[in-house]
Amino acid sequence: MNITLQVWRQDGPDKPGGFKTYQVNEISEEMSFLEMLDVLNERLTNQGEEPVAFDHDCREGICGSCGVMINGQAHGPQLGTATCQLHMRKFRAGATIVVEPWRASGFPLIRDLIVDRSAFDQIIEAGGYISVDTGSAPDANLIPIPKFVADTAFDAAACIGCGACVAACPNGAANLFTAAKISHLNLLPQGQAERWTRTENMVEIMEQYFGSCTNHGECEKACPKSISIDFIAMMNADYAKSKFKNRRLVAQTG
Amino acid sequence: MTVPLQARVPDGAIAEKWNNHKFSVRLVNPNNKRKFKIIIIGTGLAGASAAATLGELGYDVEVFTFHDTPRRAHSIAAQGGINAAKNYHNDGDSVFRLFYDTVKGGDYRSREANVYRLADVSLNIIDQATAQGVPFAREYGGLLDNRSFGGAQVSRTFYARGATGQQLLLGAYSALMRQVDAGTVTLHTRSEMLDVVMKEGRAVGVVVRNLVTGDVTSHSAHAVVLATGGYSNVYYLSTNAMASNVTAAWRAHRRGAAFANPCFTQIHPTCIPASDEFQSKLTLMSESLRNDGRIWVPKNANETRSPDQIPEGDRDYYLERIYPAFGNLVPRDVASRASKRMVDAGKGVGPLKNGVYLDFASAITREGAAAIEDRYSNLFEMYNRITDEDPFQVPMRIYPAPHYTMGGLWVDYNLMTTVPGLYSIGEGNFSDHGANRLGASALMQGLADGYFVLPYTIGDYLADYLGDPVVPTDDPVFSDIESEVSERVNGYLSADGTRSVDWFHKELGKIMLEHCGMSRSAAGLEKALAEIPALYEEFKTDMRVPGVNESLNQSLERAGRVDDFFELAQVMCVDALHREESCGGHFREEHQTEEGEALRDDESFSHVAAWFWSGDAAKPELEKEELEFENVKLTTRSYK
Repeated sequence: MNITLQVWRQDGPDKPGGFKTYQVNEISEEMSFLEMLDVLNERLTNQGEEPVAFDHDCREGICGSCGVMINGQAHGPQLGTATCQLHMRKFRAGATIVVEPWRASGFPLIRDLIVDRSAFDQIIEAGGYISVDTGSAPDANLIPIPKFVADTAFDAAACIGCGACVAACPNGAANLFTAAKISHLNLLPQGQAERWTRTENMVEIMEQYFGSCTNHGECEKACPKSISIDFIAMMNADYAKSKFKNRRLVAQTG
Repeated sequence: MTVPLQARVPDGAIAEKWNNHKFSVRLVNPNNKRKFKIIIIGTGLAGASAAATLGELGYDVEVFTFHDTPRRAHSIAAQGGINAAKNYHNDGDSVFRLFYDTVKGGDYRSREANVYRLADVSLNIIDQATAQGVPFAREYGGLLDNRSFGGAQVSRTFYARGATGQQLLLGAYSALMRQVDAGTVTLHTRSEMLDVVMKEGRAVGVVVRNLVTGDVTSHSAHAVVLATGGYSNVYYLSTNAMASNVTAAWRAHRRGAAFANPCFTQIHPTCIPASDEFQSKLTLMSESLRNDGRIWVPKNANETRSPDQIPEGDRDYYLERIYPAFGNLVPRDVASRASKRMVDAGKGVGPLKNGVYLDFASAITREGAAAIEDRYSNLFEMYNRITDEDPFQVPMRIYPAPHYTMGGLWVDYNLMTTVPGLYSIGEGNFSDHGANRLGASALMQGLADGYFVLPYTIGDYLADYLGDPVVPTDDPVFSDIESEVSERVNGYLSADGTRSVDWFHKELGKIMLEHCGMSRSAAGLEKALAEIPALYEEFKTDMRVPGVNESLNQSLERAGRVDDFFELAQVMCVDALHREESCGGHFREEHQTEEGEALRDDESFSHVAAWFWSGDAAKPELEKEELEFENVKLTTRSYK
């Protein structure tokens, strides 16, 4: 099939950017979207032009490196699918496809389709962990965890940190990303000791970098792991409670 | 130049060695730990867990990753699970059995003492990960669930749906970020290590290129730890992530670190077959699928019917037929070669006749679609997205693909390479898997090395240097290497040829897959050793790398990685040629039984082949570490 691409090109954060149009002919429907970009890049290289820079690595939808806006949708048209697992059979022959980097002020542009998502690491650093030094853990079966609790914690923990939720949000909010990590840990018995400090700290770092959530729900639709916005409700409830629980001398954690 | 290999295996009975060693190694006093600087390259399971643990202990740790965040490392893609000898299921498992299975599964080419220690600490890994909040699968009573994996007759594999690697890596990543917050670990992202710096025969630091700005900088430390993974991407098409590479290990090799058993590579039996020539990588389908999927091909090579139209009598469930005891759960190397024989015999399935069926119909009939969905839903979805076929309706098509490399930098019992002060952990070293790795053992080894082994053993080396400052980065040893690195980088940019780096990488991959892949012969390997240098010469003069050094340039990053793959490929072939036997993933056509099974030669090849850099990749120098088996009896592996 033949397609037309309109790709955002920008040499660096301080350089001017703009769309460039490329005709990409004779590609296979079996190709993934990124393999199609590989073909474009191979052709550009052969013509002596600089290839389009884009983040990618595992190409199995799990590392979270890849992600571009495809016709205005984060990760493109297929639900629950990262850009690397989107295949060209989802597009019509002859289609024009617009490819842009994640658009969010929390993710400054580095080059072409690559953005800086290090603010996510800052959020995790603020409390996205359970403080347990190596070697100090009790036997794994000491604390039984009901299956549905473990399953729900996994649903939240499935987040790959790609940033599609932020890119899809009209406000550039990172609530789904942050809520996924907070819920994963707050649901588990092991996460209870730091539940309220974790929630307060992570939410407040999130707000330094990202916009506010106004319940559009775009994040859930864009999420390649289809993480539910119910977790945002859980985070909000815990955040409100944390304002009481984190006061000194309040030992009750239930 | 070679140096004698001293494995430093402690004395005593196998079960006592690690305990004795922990008592006899020198310790660093808690207040002195902060005076030692340790550099860690890579943030996969091994690197992140080591960095977190060393940070917790109080060392001054500096971590580098070429990714934009530590959480992207390719450990994240491991699907199936992690082994541990917990015996929670009362089916007769024990540390000794896990040890025994791993040595046997590795076809008796691993170091007993290391493997026993791995089995021993496997128990602590599950405890640690659970405490971190890793959401392992549970039974209705709330206790941990297990599944079976290839090469074992007990259920000892812990899992988190089909994303065990992701959950374990996120656990290690969270522990790492906790230390970054505590200030014990400094994190550098989008930074690629391009050389090791030596002074007076010891590793004293690294030279790193910032992938966004192109700046080349030096970083010094008392010890350097490489946790940079395997080299399956030498084949171009593999299940590894696109950026996985051998550069860090290879640069260390060129500075004196021996590279052990490079020809021991694992071809994973259950991957999705390539669909066309543009394929950029192959996707693995977890081996756990073999618990419920049955592998078959049509009996007739000219079969044209769709799989549901082929009656039972016309199907060949060849693994169940040839290996009745283990059936579909034979080890990976055995399963892969059997599939290759079927496809080579013209019985392959799919549009390109390049796969075999993995069929869930009987499991679905037996247990219901819901039970199967619960176990494998994300794997089925992934398969569906890639192939547009639904495994609930049509059998999956699978075929072997390069997946893991058992070979790697030679390390002693302390995980130190032949270069003092330079360590290698995780997939990057050679020590635990012999000639073949069993499923669910890679996660176990990466975390064992990082959480529970290196943090103890590194102190023994550091203790000698208490009070010594690190070598300053304005020392000539650093500036010399910085210039070498910059010269190499600029060399790629000025080559001004006609072909892309990827083109050369693909061509190299084809040669390697053909001659040094699932099956090898002297004639084929010699052919490869003639073709690779010729292609390498062409690469050097005819590559085209657009762009400049001073901004993010992915073609330039790849040029350096492919350059190092060219040299590694030659040593792999030399090693495969040297090893005149078949064992594990290394199958020499000249050495097979009448039934086509691998024929080991324990008399002549019960050793680790450690290769030293001589200045010419085609002529490395060999040093052998003889393997002694005191606790496991060497037998012909039989899974029948």
